[in-house]
Amino acid sequence: MRPDIVVIGGGTVGAAIAYGLACKRQKVLLLDGDDGDFRAARANFGLVWLQGKGLGMPAYQALTRDSIALWRGFTEQLEAETALDLAYEQNGGLAFCLGEQAFEKRRLDLLRLHNQRGDDEPDWEMLDRSALERLLPKVTLGPDVAGASFGRRDGHANPLRLLAALHAGVLHHGGALRHRARVQRIERSGTDFKLVLDGETLTAPRIVIAAGLGSPELARQVGLDVPLRPERGQVLVTERLEPFLPLPASGLRQTSEGTVMIGATKDHSGFDVSTTGEAAARLSRKTVQIMPALAKVGLVRQWAGLRILTPDSYPIYAQSQSHPGAFVALCHSGVTLAAFHAEDLAAAIAAGALPERFSPFHQSRFDVPQAA
Amino acid sequence: MSDRTDLLIVGAGPAGMAAAVTARRHGLSVRVVDDQPAPGGQIWRGIETVAATPRAKRLGESYLAGAERAAAFRACGADYESASQLWQIEPGFRAFVTRGGKARAVTAQAIILATGAQERPMPFPGWTLPGVLTVGAAQILLKTADSVPEQPVWIAGCGPLPLLYMTQLLAAGGRIAGFLDTTPRGRLGPALRHLPRGLGRLGDLMKGLSWSLALRRAGIPIIRHVTELRAEGEGRLQRLRYRTEAGQEAEVPAEVLLVHEGVVPNIHAPLALGCAVSWHAGQHCYVPVLDAWGETSQANIFVAGDGAGIGGAEAAEPRGRLAALRIAAKLGRLDDATAETAAAPERSALSSALALRPLLDAFYAPRPQLYAPPDETLVCRCEEVTAGELRARAVEGRPGPNQLKAFTRAGMGPCQGRQCGYTMAHIVAAAQGRSVEEVGFYRIRPPLKPVTLGELASLDEQEPAA
Amino acid sequence: MFRKLHDPGPQAVTIFIDGRPVTAELGESVAAVLLRQQEGWSRTTPVSQSPRAPYCMMGVCFECLVEIDGQGSVQSCLTPVANGMHIARQQGRRSLSA
Repeated sequence: MRPDIVVIGGGTVGAAIAYGLACKRQKVLLLDGDDGDFRAARANFGLVWLQGKGLGMPAYQALTRDSIALWRGFTEQLEAETALDLAYEQNGGLAFCLGEQAFEKRRLDLLRLHNQRGDDEPDWEMLDRSALERLLPKVTLGPDVAGASFGRRDGHANPLRLLAALHAGVLHHGGALRHRARVQRIERSGTDFKLVLDGETLTAPRIVIAAGLGSPELARQVGLDVPLRPERGQVLVTERLEPFLPLPASGLRQTSEGTVMIGATKDHSGFDVSTTGEAAARLSRKTVQIMPALAKVGLVRQWAGLRILTPDSYPIYAQSQSHPGAFVALCHSGVTLAAFHAEDLAAAIAAGALPERFSPFHQSRFDVPQAA
Repeated sequence: MSDRTDLLIVGAGPAGMAAAVTARRHGLSVRVVDDQPAPGGQIWRGIETVAATPRAKRLGESYLAGAERAAAFRACGADYESASQLWQIEPGFRAFVTRGGKARAVTAQAIILATGAQERPMPFPGWTLPGVLTVGAAQILLKTADSVPEQPVWIAGCGPLPLLYMTQLLAAGGRIAGFLDTTPRGRLGPALRHLPRGLGRLGDLMKGLSWSLALRRAGIPIIRHVTELRAEGEGRLQRLRYRTEAGQEAEVPAEVLLVHEGVVPNIHAPLALGCAVSWHAGQHCYVPVLDAWGETSQANIFVAGDGAGIGGAEAAEPRGRLAALRIAAKLGRLDDATAETAAAPERSALSSALALRPLLDAFYAPRPQLYAPPDETLVCRCEEVTAGELRARAVEGRPGPNQLKAFTRAGMGPCQGRQCGYTMAHIVAAAQGRSVEEVGFYRIRPPLKPVTLGELASLDEQEPAA
Repeated sequence: MFRKLHDPGPQAVTIFIDGRPVTAELGESVAAVLLRQQEGWSRTTPVSQSPRAPYCMMGVCFECLVEIDGQGSVQSCLTPVANGMHIARQQGRRSLSA
């Protein structure tokens, strides 16, 4: 099969775009990396999250809002096609506040964000301790918990199941998927792109680079300079427990399997994906401070992943001017934005042009003006 | 007790104890952590309490030999922490240990991982039923609890351990329903090619033969060349079905089935530390890549004992001493020439102890069906993922074991893939036409041993970073 | 499933399994005692509630997890018995309040 389009990167971002393209009857080939690659998609926390996002970048808040609005339908379709349960729940989400000061600061932060957007009906509120206790009847809160912010549109899903379903969905729609297919070089060949892999070459008229931290080197070869840096996030997961937490919180959620995910740290340690005892201790202390009963629960695994961060931490969506047909898509909220990637972004890529409303996310916002 | 030590030894079995004694002799401060309540490892488990009891004799001379080793270890001046769980080691080294509900970090200049071996996982339908245990488990029950199966017991598998256990069980008055020998037909010829090297160990061979003879004399039914096993029952083992290479099938009532298909090194700690491992074709398992002293690809991290490759207690002790000698030299307590001189007898003891190994490895190599269980078999006992599910997913885009782990949860449970890692690798390899070696193993993450959030939270906040 | 070959004599202690007093011997593990009980299982899994019992006895299979003196998911094969110890078989997922 000669693909219409090759998506380089089988993580949540690339797979969502590939899935969306396949749904739109494009002949898609999704190339995934090696088993031992960094793979932020396998380290994901699983929040489908709005509250607190987009301060200073209204377009990002709008994008997140759009994606969340699409999430339910996106999930239902994907689940029907793949028979995988994505465990998507949208019961709202919490951000716990330890101490009155933190509670007040959170309120002001969310108010600022709200004012940035305009005067719509707020979709968040601050819950004091007693309101929080009513919301979480099976939880005994630690004495320092002053309350929490509650975001009505927030939710969570199983990020690994989402990734598996996107891969299965690509196949379901007639696309092709290959693991351990590392692209070493991209060349122009007439109007096509020639992708040089280990021992073979592939050609396609269009490509999407969504290879996470491996993207800058590939993007450079099609005339796109994408500045990225890794930010390590460490996550803890516990043994399975009876359901006790009916909605997710920032940094603390109970999965549909019953495990509790705790995290994530934000460490600047280059490309180091090792985990640290210090982080495990810090995350545990904070968790036990919020819910003391979790002290008796066993840790099953601690892992680390690398977030894909741009200088302003917001996504990059761009088509190359020097190499039309080559797109790049990079972000660190691949789960929340998955519905948008599969629908609006994939539609734009299939149409061959990114619409004006994506322009705030063009990588040219990072171009340094040449000194006069 | 200072939380700083020259040498941290993980494991108080033959290798760990020998290493501790040697390191102390050369003036190193030594900390030994072990998850068992008493020293001895698996081979000499419970030796300190059992040695004085009447049952000690039944367990044989090589078991009793552990008593003086444990005594020497106790007297050597190492700080020994029993019932301690080591759950992470960071470069530097900082080792995180939990004991009695408290976590803390120990700083060490060098580390010896003497974490031994585990029995090779042996998946078959019904292997998770209560009543199915490993032969090693039954032997531990015999050693430490003087307990034997109530009813005549079925034993399935191959290797020296089932023979030894059956002999010990008969001596203790236990009863055996039958031995399902899974050694394939035609193994003797290839194995005997290694005989010349093993001639120096004829005594061991004779010991093995004497076990077999004793079983035959006792009239134990032995069914040869068993290829398939199936355990069945409501909530517990009630029936056992098997099939032989020749197609003979039978169903027998059973309450306890003991299984064993050899042992493999515990590689979780070296993998978590980023130590290189390689595929040992003779022993069908991964082993850490080690130099002649037992040092891994990570400087100052050593592996000794069965964790370095299966060799038994007799190989474990010289390996432990070699590692300790090299560390003493690296830390300046011993000059290189003296270390070399002291190493010579250890190397020859090691080589002698390993002389019979190739013959045993060839004779008892895992049967080809071992890692190709029927689709309904639970491969991952913790997360209950079947062979069929892994096979189906292994062909979609040909993912590696870590991707399959993410997609199926196989390997994500409390045992951290200790019971499914090899089966996963073999299933992926078979489905994708690749070698097991190329497919590789799971990425190993902390905690290596269980730890609670409360224990983690108890780590001293003021602990200086390494 | 298993039986003990000798009488513990002065080494005997009493532990409680799901509230029921049981004789054990100092030096043996909780898992060894569980394997001598009538019920063949020591926990049910958090995934499908299927019964499991100690399998490896050396700390690598995690099948022998039980609640010991209020702490859940303890490896009973690595825990020596102590007089008056309370053992509870775990059924399915643990509850946070337990």
